[in-house]
Amino acid sequence: MGPQGPLRLGAITVAYNCVVCVKQVPDTARVTGEAMKEDGTVNRSALPAVFNPEDLNALEEALAIRERYGGTVTVVTMGLPAACEVLRESLFRGADRVILLTDRRAAASDTLATSYILSCLVRKLDADIVLCGRQAIDGDTAQVGPQLAEKLSVPLVTYLEEMTAIDDGVATIRRNVGNGFEIVRCALPLLVTVMDAANTPRPPGARKMMKQKKARSQTEVAKAVAGEMPDASEEDRAAETKTRCDTLAEKGLLIEQWDLDTVEADLAWCGRDGSPTKVNRIQSIILTGGEYHEVEPTDEGVAALVTELIEDHTIG
Amino acid sequence: MIDVNRQGEVWVFAEQEDGVLSDVPLELLGKARELADKLSVPVACLLLGAGAAALSEPLIAHGADKVYHVDDPRLGHYQATPYRKVICRLIEKHTPQIVLYGATPIGRDLAPTVASATRCGLTADCTDLQIGDHTEPNSDQKHENLLLQIRPAFGGNIIATIVNFDRWPQMATVREGVMQMPAPDKARSGQVVTCQADLADDDLPLDIVETHRQERKVNLKAARIIVAGGAGVGSRENFKQLWDLSHCLGAAVAGSRAAVDLGFIDHDHQVGQTGTTVRPALYIACGISGAVQHRAGMAESGKIVAINTDRSAPIFSVAHYGIVGDLNDVVPRLIKAIRGGANIEQAAQR
Repeated sequence: MGPQGPLRLGAITVAYNCVVCVKQVPDTARVTGEAMKEDGTVNRSALPAVFNPEDLNALEEALAIRERYGGTVTVVTMGLPAACEVLRESLFRGADRVILLTDRRAAASDTLATSYILSCLVRKLDADIVLCGRQAIDGDTAQVGPQLAEKLSVPLVTYLEEMTAIDDGVATIRRNVGNGFEIVRCALPLLVTVMDAANTPRPPGARKMMKQKKARSQTEVAKAVAGEMPDASEEDRAAETKTRCDTLAEKGLLIEQWDLDTVEADLAWCGRDGSPTKVNRIQSIILTGGEYHEVEPTDEGVAALVTELIEDHTIG
Repeated sequence: MIDVNRQGEVWVFAEQEDGVLSDVPLELLGKARELADKLSVPVACLLLGAGAAALSEPLIAHGADKVYHVDDPRLGHYQATPYRKVICRLIEKHTPQIVLYGATPIGRDLAPTVASATRCGLTADCTDLQIGDHTEPNSDQKHENLLLQIRPAFGGNIIATIVNFDRWPQMATVREGVMQMPAPDKARSGQVVTCQADLADDDLPLDIVETHRQERKVNLKAARIIVAGGAGVGSRENFKQLWDLSHCLGAAVAGSRAAVDLGFIDHDHQVGQTGTTVRPALYIACGISGAVQHRAGMAESGKIVAINTDRSAPIFSVAHYGIVGDLNDVVPRLIKAIRGGANIEQAAQR
């Protein structure tokens, strides 16, 4: 975490730097068998991709903190180059800075490897509060937030329902504990995981969209250049890419793109090699239990069903 | 991580609050026993708290051979840092091969924290655990007697079996109600190992100012018959007919997440992945589409009757009896058939 900590004006802390970790996820409501690869990992490029819903809640929480106390909101994501989309969507909602961490060597990372890589990334930033969505709709583990907190050696507050106040570097948080809630107080820096119940994410702002829809990452620019200059040499294409990136950067429209070397990650802890959990087997859900009887929605059909359930003592 | 230790014990984190054991560790003890017997190793519980010594008894009665008991006022109320420190030290000292936690708000906070510190593997929300072998696809190297961690994934569209062959201990979380609680045997004996917490005051970064616990008003887990409604019911008013049906059956009433979110019924009645997992003898699903998160909470029911106008609704894939029709039409017919009496009398005479 940053050496300076929160911004202080005299004796009072006035502004907080929030770092939000977001994920682009396959829309798991619309999955078919074609989306799986042989080795059991997901073929993410075969699916419509969305902003992980609870990460939007985390972003909203960060934006609300900035509105109330001042500071900055940096949004980071680890993913495929296409994950730029969630960074643009973050810019549309008001993020100050966005960073894409993309690297082939990070592929097939489980939650431990992912949280390690994210910790390397967050360490390069000056974060007072790290915010994560409670869980992602593809892995459904809710593990990365807590593991990231442990790797950053900061306190963890899960299931945030409300960031009630931040007083001079001490946060008061209401958290959901399943059958009730808790109010906790904790000094910054800390990490929170945010629940969908915490807030209603704001929609993208029209003006921000107008400007930021042109934001691009280096990979996106390079791809566009390759498409427009198919016959040019690699040198020429690289030069053109650099020129365009420089122009974008001047306008504040270049999405920073980092890789595992930028964040000084130890490759042994990344990707498949850095993942203790491995897939042994994947099965499509075999849904029917075996016996299935269709019952007519008539008096006779229903009465016969009831009789059967009474006879085998399920009812009565 | 710890070295692979084939003599390692099977551990269950004994979650408790204010001296009351959660149901999950007791449920997990049944499965832990099964796994440990296959591996020929003991089952042990981790009991952390303040003044909770008496809980060793039910843990042993439900199958623990050993209880590692850590008693310290700083462990009186759960928070991640002190619990993580104590458990990591115990793991390092005693090198278990498997550690199981309930996938409760505490478990889902604690288990990943421990896994991160120990740098071991963790699989969340397992619906089954087995002992089996795994062959690495690239090297054909075989690993025997691993914990097979089975769970739905990818929005529930697949069942994945996950293994961890080299970054031990193998850890998993399991939701409440998934494993069946074994019958306690008061005659069982076991060993209580008292361990030191070794904590300092600055191991508690969170100041827990207030706690509000609400007793669950409804005990869905104990219900023999459940009548459940989904978004298809349409309104809180229209839920009344499900309450009527439940009265004739002596059943409990439940709702899918959609029904709860829409305000048709209170959260206490929610069945599903983020609600309660139930396995009644009879589950009648009315106007419930059967999203995987809901199915996760009721698919183990003895008999499932599904009523839905949509023939392709996923609920029918787990149903034993499917009625493709409008619940507003079918539910009254059910009530009539049950109250009708004629059928019940006939059956009673047999």
